[in-house]
Amino acid sequence: MQFWIIQGLNSLSLGGLLFLLSSGFSLIFGLMRLANLTHGAFFMLGTYFGAIALRDYSGLNLWVTAIGAGIIVAALGGLFERLVLTRLKTNPLGQVLVTLGMAFIISDACLVLWGGDSIPVPTPHNLQAPTRLFGFVFPTYRLVLVAIAIATAIGLYILIDRTRLGAMIRAGVDDRQMARAVGIPVSRLFTIVFCLGAGIAGAAGVLGGPILSAYPGLDADMLPLALIVVILGGIGSLFGAFIGSFIIGFIYTFGTVLFPELAYIILFLPMIFVIAFRPQGLFGRLGT
Amino acid sequence: MSTLALEVTALNKAFGGLKVTQGVSLSVRPGERRLIIGPNGAGKTTLFNQISGDLRPNSGRIRLFGEDVTALSPYQRAHRGLSRTYQIITLFGGDTLEHNVTLGLLGLLPSRWQMWRPLSTYRHLVTEARRTLDSVGLLHLAHHSVSELAYGEKRRLELAMALAQKPRVLLLDEPLAGLSNSERATVKALVASISKDTTVVMIEHDMDTALDLAETVTLLNYGRVIVDGERDQVIADERTREVYLGG
Amino acid sequence: MKWIALALFAAVALLLPFVAGDFYVNLASQIFIAAIFALSLNLLVGFGGMTSLGHASYLGVAAYLSALMTTRYGFGHGAAALISILGTVAMAAFFGLIALRATGLGFLMITLALSQVLWGLAYRMSGITNGDNGIAGLTRPAPFGISLESPAAFYWFSLLAAIIAFVMMTIFVSSAFGSSLKGVRDQPRRMAALGFNPWMIRWITFVYAGFWGGIAGLLYVYYNKYIHPTSLSTTSSAEALLGVIAGGSGTLAGPAVGATLVLLLKNYASAYVERWNMLLGLVFLFIVLVMPTGIVPGLQKLASRLWRRPS
Ligand SMILES: Nc1ncnc2c1ncn2[C@@H]1O[C@H](COP(=O)(O)OP(=O)(O)O)[C@@H](O)[C@H]1O
Ligand SMILES: [Mg+2]
Repeated sequence: MQFWIIQGLNSLSLGGLLFLLSSGFSLIFGLMRLANLTHGAFFMLGTYFGAIALRDYSGLNLWVTAIGAGIIVAALGGLFERLVLTRLKTNPLGQVLVTLGMAFIISDACLVLWGGDSIPVPTPHNLQAPTRLFGFVFPTYRLVLVAIAIATAIGLYILIDRTRLGAMIRAGVDDRQMARAVGIPVSRLFTIVFCLGAGIAGAAGVLGGPILSAYPGLDADMLPLALIVVILGGIGSLFGAFIGSFIIGFIYTFGTVLFPELAYIILFLPMIFVIAFRPQGLFGRLGT
Repeated sequence: MSTLALEVTALNKAFGGLKVTQGVSLSVRPGERRLIIGPNGAGKTTLFNQISGDLRPNSGRIRLFGEDVTALSPYQRAHRGLSRTYQIITLFGGDTLEHNVTLGLLGLLPSRWQMWRPLSTYRHLVTEARRTLDSVGLLHLAHHSVSELAYGEKRRLELAMALAQKPRVLLLDEPLAGLSNSERATVKALVASISKDTTVVMIEHDMDTALDLAETVTLLNYGRVIVDGERDQVIADERTREVYLGG
Repeated sequence: MKWIALALFAAVALLLPFVAGDFYVNLASQIFIAAIFALSLNLLVGFGGMTSLGHASYLGVAAYLSALMTTRYGFGHGAAALISILGTVAMAAFFGLIALRATGLGFLMITLALSQVLWGLAYRMSGITNGDNGIAGLTRPAPFGISLESPAAFYWFSLLAAIIAFVMMTIFVSSAFGSSLKGVRDQPRRMAALGFNPWMIRWITFVYAGFWGGIAGLLYVYYNKYIHPTSLSTTSSAEALLGVIAGGSGTLAGPAVGATLVLLLKNYASAYVERWNMLLGLVFLFIVLVMPTGIVPGLQKLASRLWRRPS
């Protein structure tokens, strides 16, 4: 029983991380029609920032580091969007290719800067003791992680659904031309959303650190999971990303534990199933 | 009592909350010339898109010569004798006129699956394509690229591609739009000369020019059929005047 | 112009093994393989308008199948090659069914996700694939009793394969079917209205491209006598895509030229700086921002301008 509970919680925490990663990807795709293949690299960059900062500066704690990494990665993302992506407005394929190129550059830069060995990210001291609930033992950090993911989901929901910025984003997602026509600064909106997505991914990288550690190839491990999540949940749908993340979190975790060699096949079965019967994804509206 | 060439029954289509086709029914006899009129945004193009299969209706039936084609793909409808032109010109811009029309001919032939012989070596197709180009007065441009054409010439090429297929039912979406007066006369004569083996359904919101081509007229507004019948009857109808004069 | 280029290529290709050292002969063999691979991807990207980021799947799976058949299951090279290609084509047929539910970016993302799954499998199913160690100790076939062990012999073999591949793919895209493929790339709706089945046209092309990807994979594993999961990685797909785009997608020879450049770059530059991925990324940025239509169309434009000047 303890096994199932623990793996269930692992699934939830992986799902939470995946949501932090894929929500930004999905937002960016929905608004900008851009498959941002740098997203996995943004996440990894966050993890490395976290690992190095916490290793070298003992005064920092994980939460501050996560926020700091989020801001740095958001700024980098913003620069990339302003300097490169905007030049390719009329060339969507070119945009994807430069995000891919950027992903290669970032991941190789991490290798140069921080070497090939994995660097652990310590779990915050006050969360190291397990939590006892209903007679079961839970790793506290993972519980907190799930809570953060849910809080972020709620925050994003409020942002998109209740604020002026969100209203503009929704208008842009629905019909870019129309949004432009009614005077919404679509170009600035792109930058904001790109920064937001990149920033969440960067912060998520730090938060995922205690579970995953920073290692070369982390980006290549995370990106496909995010892709599968958004294909499953529906590209551009926040709710879809939320549900998709937890589905994939469960499938991946239990798959890896129960059938380690087949985990990857099990992972992509639901994706195939969804593409076959509902190509717009579970909650998507766009066919793309 | 022959079967109808095109029969649309109780068609409905909505984009989100916007109902663009509302309970539209049409009956077009073989050989008939039907004009569909209505103000901009009335849902005329959307109706065509459903007839040609580019869009799926939310409900309703479409029959071609008695056969229910509602569930068929656009290419399957093409093989049943349906052909169309687009309001927004849709041509192969980098290729020659001859290639455009030949491609149109190829679409209905089994040779379209041929994987070793170049299209240009199908002499009979090329000959046929050139004959069609001649009929729309574009033969002298056969080896030019579509991108060099003037707007009016592109419109005629659109028409040529559809005509080359010798369709049983031809849908023309605003074939006169954007043309000069002399070009209008040319295209009008062209449409008038289409064989009676082809049933023609034509959208034009410019009534003055298109009316002489029509035998019957359907007036659409806000996705509904307002009036439907013989040409003179529809023109005389009070409701037509209301839609057009904003009465 | 075209003929000059062709004559030049023929002269170099025929003389190379006699004048150049083993290093260059081997490099040339690798170029032929990369060219076949890029040409097959170009069927999708350039002629079909389907940008795939998972083309390494076909190269990698064919290579792995051949390696497994000849080592673990003890097949001869002929049977192994047949099984590898059939398996690869079957996989392309299946992946095509999935990926072609979408077009554009959706297609790109699905092909990427599918290939990443295979990559992950190659690492994790170490019971079969030997995981990160890869499968070593492979042999080259000896068609009609001719050994391909020497660099020169393999050179001729891969040159022949590259010529056949180039001719076959040229015929394919020039055919009536090829015309419909280009039509579907440019105006899918119009093509459907004309009676073409866009989905089927794309799918057939997808499978055909998978077939040639598989051929490239066989040559790849024969050449290296070794296979590792990185051959299935996104980097591997991206290199091919870069070759296609750098050379000029939608042209016949462009991707071969592009693939050559990418391979040379990889060989030379990475020998000094050991930063292939970073370089690859930078070249991506450079090509997309500075030369979006590719090198070959760019040169063609230049050449035709020079050509016209004297007259
Ligand atoms: N794909 C679409 N999505 C949403 N709305 C559409 C779409 N196509 C057409 N419309 C809307 O449907 C209405 C009817 O359009 P259309 O059929 O093109 O009119 P018409 O051809 O009579 O001018 C218009 O209000 C148009 O904005
Ligand atoms: Mg219209």
